[in-house]
Amino acid sequence: MSVVFDEKIQQTLGNAKLQLAIYTSTGRLMDHRKKSLTGQLPDFEELRTHANAVKKHTIENLDYYLEQLEANVKAHGGQVVWCRDGQQVADFVLALAKEKGSKLIVKSKSMTTEEIDFNERLEHHHLESVETDLGEYILQLKHERPYHIVAPALHLTRYDVANLFEKELGVPNDTVIENQTLLARKVLRDKFLQADIGVSGANFLVADSGSIVLVENEGNARLTTSAPKIHIAVAGVEKVIPRAQDLATFLKLLGRSATGQPLTVYTSFLSGPKRAEEVDGPDEFYLVLLDNGRTKVLADREKRQVLYCIRCGACLNHCPVYRKIGGHSFPWVYSGPIGAIITPQFMTVRHEPALPFASSLCGACAEVCPVKIDIPKILLDLREDVVKARTEDASNQLERLAFRMFAFMMSHPWLYRLAGKLGARFGPKKAWVSHVPGAGMLPPVKLWLSQRDLPSLAKKSFRDLWKERKG
Amino acid sequence: MPRVSLFVTCIIDQLFPKVGIAMADVLERAGCSVEFPEDQTCCGQPAFNSGYREEARTVARHFLKVFDGAEYIVVPSGSCTSMVSHHFADLFQDFPAELAATRTLEPKVYEFSSFLTGVLKVEDFGARFEGIVTYHDSCHALRELKIKDGPRRLLGNVKGLELREMDIAQECCGFGGTFSVKFPEVSGGMVRTKIESIKKTGASTVVSIDSSCLMQIRGALSRAGLPIETMHLAEVLASR
Repeated sequence: MSVVFDEKIQQTLGNAKLQLAIYTSTGRLMDHRKKSLTGQLPDFEELRTHANAVKKHTIENLDYYLEQLEANVKAHGGQVVWCRDGQQVADFVLALAKEKGSKLIVKSKSMTTEEIDFNERLEHHHLESVETDLGEYILQLKHERPYHIVAPALHLTRYDVANLFEKELGVPNDTVIENQTLLARKVLRDKFLQADIGVSGANFLVADSGSIVLVENEGNARLTTSAPKIHIAVAGVEKVIPRAQDLATFLKLLGRSATGQPLTVYTSFLSGPKRAEEVDGPDEFYLVLLDNGRTKVLADREKRQVLYCIRCGACLNHCPVYRKIGGHSFPWVYSGPIGAIITPQFMTVRHEPALPFASSLCGACAEVCPVKIDIPKILLDLREDVVKARTEDASNQLERLAFRMFAFMMSHPWLYRLAGKLGARFGPKKAWVSHVPGAGMLPPVKLWLSQRDLPSLAKKSFRDLWKERKG
Repeated sequence: MPRVSLFVTCIIDQLFPKVGIAMADVLERAGCSVEFPEDQTCCGQPAFNSGYREEARTVARHFLKVFDGAEYIVVPSGSCTSMVSHHFADLFQDFPAELAATRTLEPKVYEFSSFLTGVLKVEDFGARFEGIVTYHDSCHALRELKIKDGPRRLLGNVKGLELREMDIAQECCGFGGTFSVKFPEVSGGMVRTKIESIKKTGASTVVSIDSSCLMQIRGALSRAGLPIETMHLAEVLASR
């Protein structure tokens, strides 16, 4: 495990206020999801199965649907820009801004732009990019990345926000949430009016209609995509779905899984720039299709399921590990169970080799995933990849030796029996012990004892008792 | 008379042997002929879950050899059952001979409580246990084997026993095999959350169908100095 990963985990575990904030907020999201499903959506399981089938089909035919999407976006008068990575996205936006003389960008919430450090790349070239989702705006002021895929400021309390606004905006300390929202609204309204370019993500890209679909609760995405003269949508290539009618499945699943809403407050279907006869909308529309590690995942029949994700965040809320270590412990912008299978695949397993192991494999994530991604299975496959990578590097030799010995012992019953007998003979005698002499020499025993007591090996094993029982 | 081969698991063999004896008692009471293949060791899950597939295959091959020809294999653990019935096939996907042996074996492997409720179809063993009990759903039993109501019904038929549900009965105890020592503080945090929920029920005993979860829970209860016991379901059903 990298030092940073370990430190962040320990910091989070050691912060009682933060622990409470994470546990309460994720718990609330779990309750909301459950309530929105109880008695309200009897075909929920069928919808999940269908969504999984649609995603599987789409990912297996990604080239076809992306080309169809491109043709239909162009037919609406939009333009499609293909980008391999964040640098290419930034190059495109900077060139466009320069050409149009743009000074200010407003942004709606998008994990894809977080993934490529969009704002930082532009600010580096003195192009201001302002987050307009309340949570993201707070985090931008705080210079932090999202704590959660759906609820970016989940770790902050209203007191934290009051202090932040006081410090950054020079306003009186006000802990009333409504007032904080009003303040952000006032600041951001001016930005919307001044902005030259609006940048959004996309929840779905519809191939057969050439539309992008955005779901949100604050209305900021709708303003972002309609007030400025130019709208740029940045989306991963895996966001494409074949048909507009598939939205009937995905929209039912997304809101409920994310926040327990049957539908979010706003659902926008955007098909190209303003037409001649229309009064609203941008003059220009660009769809940026981003790879950034996605297409290399396609080669693996099993693990490419990661591309089915619709970013609802349900796996984070239900993950007992996320609920302890929080979002910022994770080595990249994607946190929780889905982050643990995205990061090693979009980057490499070497980015944080310990990440796929940071799971008890309890399966709560797969149980709630609206598109049925088998996250535990992918974690197991990634663990195998990590072991292979470490074998290549000749690192972790001791662990490999230990598992070789384990395999040898467990395939040689006489040795297994002997080891048990020796352990019972020389190990501690009390049933449960808090200390074991010499535990320092046995790291697993020492680490186990750091948290809980250890049972001693039984004086008589089952096989001994079985012999006696048979008499 | 069903012929049952016990796979007691390495944890129960070496740490909690009485669970295995209790399981044999209950099965015999229900009219099974019970045998114990002496050469059994482990299912290989620790290696599999740690990414060491080749090492896991070595152990799994041994398992296939030891239990070849069994009529029923009954296991006092959801996790080890699932390793054999769900994950051996992944392990041997590129090994046709072992995969064929796995496919033959899969339908014969049962977690203890689901063998009672699903195969024997007996849910009352005339057991008596005085006390308030809470049931911990082990993750692999619950989510991979879909075992949820069976153990609760079995407990419901035990005379003198009052079952009280935790608010988070289905949340992981934090054991997770090597996870418990690779991320000890996280694992420890998870079990302490579980214990808070156990305490709220007022139960004096925590029951599960996986001794590995109980090792984690009992270890933490013991560390916290709490007078709450843990018992495997087999031990409760064997009580008179």
